[in-house]
Amino acid sequence: MTLADHLPILPVAIPALAAPFALLVMRRRRSLGINISLVSCIAMLASAIALMTQVSDGTILAYELGNWPAPFGIVLVADRLAAMMLVLAATLALIALLHAVVTRADRKGWHFHPLFQFQLMGLNGAFLTGDLFNLFVFFEVLLIASYGLMLHGQGPARLKAGVQYVVVNLVGSSLFLIALGLLYALTGTLNMADMGLRVAALAPEDQGLLRIAALLLVSVFALKAAVAPLHLWLVRTYAVSTPAVAALFAIMTKVGVYSLIRVVPQVFGDGAGAAAWVPAPYLLPAAMVSAGIGFAGVFVARSLSEQAAYLVIGSTGTLLIAVAGWQTATLGAALYYLVHSTIAAAALFLVADVVARRRGGFADNASPGPDFADRSAVGLMFMLAAIAATGLPPLSGFIGKLMILKSVTALPDWGWAWGVILVTTLFGIIGFARVGSTLFWKQGQSGEATAPAATRADLVAPAIALALLAALSAGAGWASTYANAAAAQALDPALSARAVLGEVAQ
Amino acid sequence: MTYEFLVASAIGVLVAGGIFLALRARTFQVVLGLTLLSYAVNLFLFASGRLVLNRPPIWDKAVAEYTDPLPQALALTAIVITFGMTAFVVILALRSFLESGSDHVDGDTVTGDAQDGLASDDTHGEHP
Repeated sequence: MTLADHLPILPVAIPALAAPFALLVMRRRRSLGINISLVSCIAMLASAIALMTQVSDGTILAYELGNWPAPFGIVLVADRLAAMMLVLAATLALIALLHAVVTRADRKGWHFHPLFQFQLMGLNGAFLTGDLFNLFVFFEVLLIASYGLMLHGQGPARLKAGVQYVVVNLVGSSLFLIALGLLYALTGTLNMADMGLRVAALAPEDQGLLRIAALLLVSVFALKAAVAPLHLWLVRTYAVSTPAVAALFAIMTKVGVYSLIRVVPQVFGDGAGAAAWVPAPYLLPAAMVSAGIGFAGVFVARSLSEQAAYLVIGSTGTLLIAVAGWQTATLGAALYYLVHSTIAAAALFLVADVVARRRGGFADNASPGPDFADRSAVGLMFMLAAIAATGLPPLSGFIGKLMILKSVTALPDWGWAWGVILVTTLFGIIGFARVGSTLFWKQGQSGEATAPAATRADLVAPAIALALLAALSAGAGWASTYANAAAAQALDPALSARAVLGEVAQ
Repeated sequence: MTYEFLVASAIGVLVAGGIFLALRARTFQVVLGLTLLSYAVNLFLFASGRLVLNRPPIWDKAVAEYTDPLPQALALTAIVITFGMTAFVVILALRSFLESGSDHVDGDTVTGDAQDGLASDDTHGEHP
């Protein structure tokens, strides 16, 4: 066994080792802890890219933990989709970590870096696992770490929002377990690939239970993805979190979307009898409503960070409109938009922080305040982030939305999808233009900014995020080819069944 | 039949109580509700391997029938996670109460009706 054979476990193992080390050295030597965290993120990115190059030719790597054979032991499955999510998570983590270190947001509490690493461990594990119960465990790991990160910096507003966030997610975890129990009772397996094969052979009298399990599981994923009507927890939580943390949280709702894309075709796909595509008819209306609510929220939000939080809901809705088609073209467009919208939301959270740091007591509220340092540079960044977020050319949001609009024409209800996406885009543009002109053009009171003269170092992280969006639109051809290939692979459960279970599947 | 009925109705009662309490306004009741829900989930997970009486959970050549050990492992994992989470949410609720002076889940301050006797606690909470 060489190191290359163990590549799929690295994205989970690296943060799992880095977190306790960072915890051990943080008290004595703070800088060493920061370095451990940064090196871990870089190593994670390197291993994710290595994994991506290995699976980009269509191979699916199945890693049997402890060498237990597949349906009995836990497997990690790395395919194009998983590798793409790993690279996205590691990139986002690096940007968020950089911003936290540069703005010294990580110094507001003792355990920022260990929690950050555990959060990444949970994220990477959720992207890699091929076992449904293991998915639950990694969900819990990322949630527990996110509770800590969300409360980082403390204060009454965070604690209030934190209680709601924790309670909502605990209820979600209970539902997840009930769905898991039902599925295990019906199929006798927890391995996703194996389960996909077994649901096809279920007795007719069990189909009702299977449908209930499918809908329960999908509602849990919808809760994590903050799809309407399960989106109410998100705005308050994300808007009060430390901005660097909120930027990382931009990928948390995408974990729900990813789980949907992973589980629905694999377990409740064409072979599932009466339960085939059970969640599909509910997903499209819910997605449209969340896109509407999200961008309406962008329109009425009172501060930049609130706007970014509503954008997360809206973009997830837009994304799911395309996902709900369950075709290669729509899913490919959705995956491209997923990468884009995650980075765009993160960029917006970071820009909101940059604004808040320069305006003192006015923070990032959408009210005219005194002049502040680097107004034009920050304004330009906000404009670029807003262009990306709403989907105007030339940044990748435009290409993503164009791909989604083009691909959904193959669906029966495409008129509704077009209407919702175009109208919500208009709402988004007006909302961002309104807040942007208030913040950067109007000058409420005369006098100097109350905030201390900040260094320009905090512009780096949002600039990197915006540069990545530019790169994503420049490399759109390659990225969309990869996304389409990943979509085709995700929609063919036989491929991963063969990779995970071997010849048994045949 | 009676055994299945007993377990099923116990889970049902626990879920009903859990949902009722989880929908209450104050954090303590919500935490209790979540605990009840998690008890119900653990019982449910336990029953997902079918209810079998007097059978060992390990495979042995000498016994023809055995009970499924996996749900027991799942229930154990779920118990550990919910135990940790309950401890966390209790501390969080306490901190939130001490810092904001309100133990309402929606974070709003207590207003008038049916809060008698507890209002003094709320004001006390502002000066920890």
